[in-house]
Amino acid sequence: MTQLILYNVFNGLIIGAFYALMALGLSLILNLSGVINFAHGGFLAVGAYLAFVLVPYIGFWGALVISPILTALFGLVIERILIRRLYGRDPLYGLLLTFGLAFMLEDGTRFIWGPQTLPFSVPDWLSSQLSSEFFFLTGYRLFMVLLVTAVVIGLFLLLGYTRIGVRIRAGTLDLETVSVLGVNVRMLRSLNFGLGIYLAGLAGVLAAGMLGLQPNIGTDLIMPSFVAIIIGGLGSLPGTLLGGLLIGVASGVTTVFFPSASEAVIYIMMGLVLLVRPRGLLGEEGRF
Amino acid sequence: MDTPYTKRAADVLIWLLLLTMPYWIDAVGGYTQLGSRVLIMALAAMSLNFLLGYTGVLSFGHAAYFGLGVYGMGLTIKYLVPSTLAGMAVGVLAGAAAAAIIGLLIVHLRGIYFAMVTIAFGQVFYFIAYRWNNVTGGDDGLSGWSRQPIDFGFATVDILHNQRAFYYLVLLCFLISVAIMAALLRSPFGRTLLAIRENERRARFLGIPVDRHIWISWLISCIFVSLAGTLYALLNNFADPHDLRWDQSGDFVIMAVLGGMRSFWGPLIGAAIFVVLQDYVSSETQNWMSFIGLFFVLVVLFFPRGVLGIVRRKAAS
Repeated sequence: MTQLILYNVFNGLIIGAFYALMALGLSLILNLSGVINFAHGGFLAVGAYLAFVLVPYIGFWGALVISPILTALFGLVIERILIRRLYGRDPLYGLLLTFGLAFMLEDGTRFIWGPQTLPFSVPDWLSSQLSSEFFFLTGYRLFMVLLVTAVVIGLFLLLGYTRIGVRIRAGTLDLETVSVLGVNVRMLRSLNFGLGIYLAGLAGVLAAGMLGLQPNIGTDLIMPSFVAIIIGGLGSLPGTLLGGLLIGVASGVTTVFFPSASEAVIYIMMGLVLLVRPRGLLGEEGRF
Repeated sequence: MDTPYTKRAADVLIWLLLLTMPYWIDAVGGYTQLGSRVLIMALAAMSLNFLLGYTGVLSFGHAAYFGLGVYGMGLTIKYLVPSTLAGMAVGVLAGAAAAAIIGLLIVHLRGIYFAMVTIAFGQVFYFIAYRWNNVTGGDDGLSGWSRQPIDFGFATVDILHNQRAFYYLVLLCFLISVAIMAALLRSPFGRTLLAIRENERRARFLGIPVDRHIWISWLISCIFVSLAGTLYALLNNFADPHDLRWDQSGDFVIMAVLGGMRSFWGPLIGAAIFVVLQDYVSSETQNWMSFIGLFFVLVVLFFPRGVLGIVRRKAAS
């Protein structure tokens, strides 16, 4: 029993890491540009499939590095053509446009690579079991947790100590003043969007290694990411991270006792948070 | 445009078209069921627009209440009583109860936050329908039931085999709902909703209990959407878990925007265009998702005011 619970907590932590990666990207874009990016899951799928195409040429490690970057570049192109037109408009239009974009990305990947699940292999030494007692501790899962941890620390360092990071954070609070101070806000929003999409692409490559490739690989991850943002508190990146991990573990633990509620439980958590603390766990008072 | 005279004329024209639809829709390449579908979707989109266009509150989760209507109907006929009217009552009550409770949790949120929370809450019902296999049929949906004849005491109407009879049942529900919503919008309550949409802060200063008004508007909107859901279940003789998924919510919003959010009849026109297009595209190509997606993008880029918004602008200039 202890082992079962441990297994599911660990599993939940990994799922939570995915949610967090997705939700951090979503949060970045939402905070600075006011656009809820429904197509985030679509970009995740693009990252995954690009890695699938790249692996035969440059191997898993090459794909892990290159694919998220290519996804981010693709995101920058989309931002330039479509997303940019949404800034400053009613959030309704952002929702609708990215909603349509999500459909197109999912259908596009299905059209190119087919609806069937494609295998995505990771290096042998990564997929080995580490311990016979804790059978669930494969190298790949441990590697994922470590990598996500490193990326998240990197992201917070970037936001905390670099010029661009400080500008992004300042823009989140008061974009007008940042603009008046001479910062190119268009460029800042583009870079920020690219950064968010980079995280989605990275999550895509990692998810492909664990789940295999399917066109709707990102669609199932997007809703929990919304929940993670709401639970953590809109506008707070540490909150988003916490929210992602919390709901991951919660749905993992629920799987042990009541498997069919493992999806619904995170929405119940969201309801509870909204009831007792409407601004979210780490959200600022009065911002929304 | 928009003088009382032309407005009255447009109303008469729309009702005449709807009343006679079963008699001309075949001639223009449609079929009666398609007409019923347009009306049901229009009812859903107009109910959403009560909140979206007339209160200025962005809900992206109306499919949940639509779906509660769908499943309320299906489960009632299948397990409780074989009665169409009972199914409607259960479906609408289920939708209203859920909306009332969830409304309390979210009514003080605004804008983008409200939209996100409505999206997320919608998914709860989807997962319940999806996972509770032995009752709801899970991913396969709820089948093995069909709409029942309606007994009016003096006459029984067979809505199952007579498509036209079913169309007129839908039209009757549509008429009643639309009349109630129009009357509400003309009332002082409806004017207060417009005031909240235009300037919430000022409305608050005037002493209007804004949250309570938004809650009532949300509830009304959700009740009519679940009524549309019960009719949709009858139309298909089937309850599909996708009826309560977020994509369905997006469809309702695009119908309202496409037709024109600021016009009362806008969502009807949006629903007609959307349903006919969907019917055509999904029979012509496998990649209908891309087409619908592209359609969303194009509407946002080029028709953000909707068909009636453009007509009105042309007329004004």
